[in-house]
Amino acid sequence: MTWQKLRNAQIAWRAAQDIQDGAYVNLGIGIPEMVAKFQPEGRHITYHTENGVLGFGEAPPEGEEDWDLINAGKKAITLNPGASFFHHADSFSMVRGGHLDLAVLGAYQVAQNGDLANWRVGSKGVPAVGGAMDLVHGAKRVAVITDHVTKDGKPKLVEQCSFPLTGVGCITRVYTSLAVVDIEDGRFMLREKLAGISMVELQSLTGAHLYTSGDVADLTTPDLT
Amino acid sequence: MDKSLKNLRNAVADVPDGAVVMIGGFGGSGAPIELIHALIDRYMATGSPANLTVINNNAGNGKIGIAAMIDSGMVAKMICSFPRSSDPRAFTDKYLAGEIALELVPQGTLAERIRAAGAGIPAFFTPASYGTELARGKQIQEFDGKPFVLERWLKADFALVKAAVGDTHGNLTYRLAGRNFNPLMCMAASKTIAQVSQIVKLGQIDPELVITPGIFVDGVVAVPDPQQEEVLIRTGVEYA
Repeated sequence: MTWQKLRNAQIAWRAAQDIQDGAYVNLGIGIPEMVAKFQPEGRHITYHTENGVLGFGEAPPEGEEDWDLINAGKKAITLNPGASFFHHADSFSMVRGGHLDLAVLGAYQVAQNGDLANWRVGSKGVPAVGGAMDLVHGAKRVAVITDHVTKDGKPKLVEQCSFPLTGVGCITRVYTSLAVVDIEDGRFMLREKLAGISMVELQSLTGAHLYTSGDVADLTTPDLT
Repeated sequence: MDKSLKNLRNAVADVPDGAVVMIGGFGGSGAPIELIHALIDRYMATGSPANLTVINNNAGNGKIGIAAMIDSGMVAKMICSFPRSSDPRAFTDKYLAGEIALELVPQGTLAERIRAAGAGIPAFFTPASYGTELARGKQIQEFDGKPFVLERWLKADFALVKAAVGDTHGNLTYRLAGRNFNPLMCMAASKTIAQVSQIVKLGQIDPELVITPGIFVDGVVAVPDPQQEEVLIRTGVEYA
């Protein structure tokens, strides 16, 4: 059988399906931000951004930006009814204090014990961490969305991260371009995979053993771009 | 008591060489551009204040604000969480040339260190950075079976912040997400100067709407039509 990896929008769509009605959610800068676009109808989700806003909405039309109203990625946002502002210490109290239901982050590498590396790939250049090391602590679930492998084909799901760590044992679920994997008891538990990819092939693209318990469901999404 | 200051020049006149200066804002949101530029003007005219340590979430963008401070050579060290931006050349060039020091702090830890200083709490434990290179050399302690990292308070000699409305006692309100680090920095500095769009008489800010009580503020200076950093950057403005 042949298969085609999911596009970023499709991975984001899959992650969005797991967000419950009434959830408070922080979406990391970049691809995780796409999750908001695919919020299932009928669910009310409140988005948090580190710079002190709860309940923000879509980007304003070009030309209507107010640059005092931005998200953590420094992009202009709008407010939904019920939004609120607060200072940075309150904002990170929401993060570390366990008040968020979900944080969704990007990754360079995720290890089978839940370690995450997502802030720098080596020791060269200017280091910049932002809120990444705080965001991995406190939310009830901390998920990653990522390509299954790097641009040059190396596994991003690994036994042990080789890049500098963002947090230790913090990730609970990974949505990739090929599969949905939970992290349980220091192991990758495969929950879903693309129907067309064999277990052998998926394992060959993964840097640590994939465990299963019961059936592995087909990972299916709409044809999004 | 009247904490209003005559002009921007007066507002930054007391910042000495070697001072630790907190500057409010997150990117361009809530950034006190006019106060920063007044500080640069003083440095350009007199060579002082030099050798500053600047605390901000970022390390400047483009060729204005904190980036222009760095370009001018008046900043010896940045304490921040994210020294990158759409145009980070000012900091990047100096950092890679070894001409500016960097203390990198996770964003939530930065906020809490500043808050702790304002609250009289010399140190606290946080889960952030545990097991990473940013926790190297720091004390680790377990609470309820989980490891935490000891972090110290972060104080400053001066805080320069941007608010929306201020009264003559220094009570402040903020605009939209421009609040961010500003109320925390007001608490953590020996001397806090706020630029506000409007200074009003006592009683004209509803007490229920005050975000920063005037006890945390030493001076307010009116900048009636403040510039917005992001707008300046997008229109290619350079401050030199």
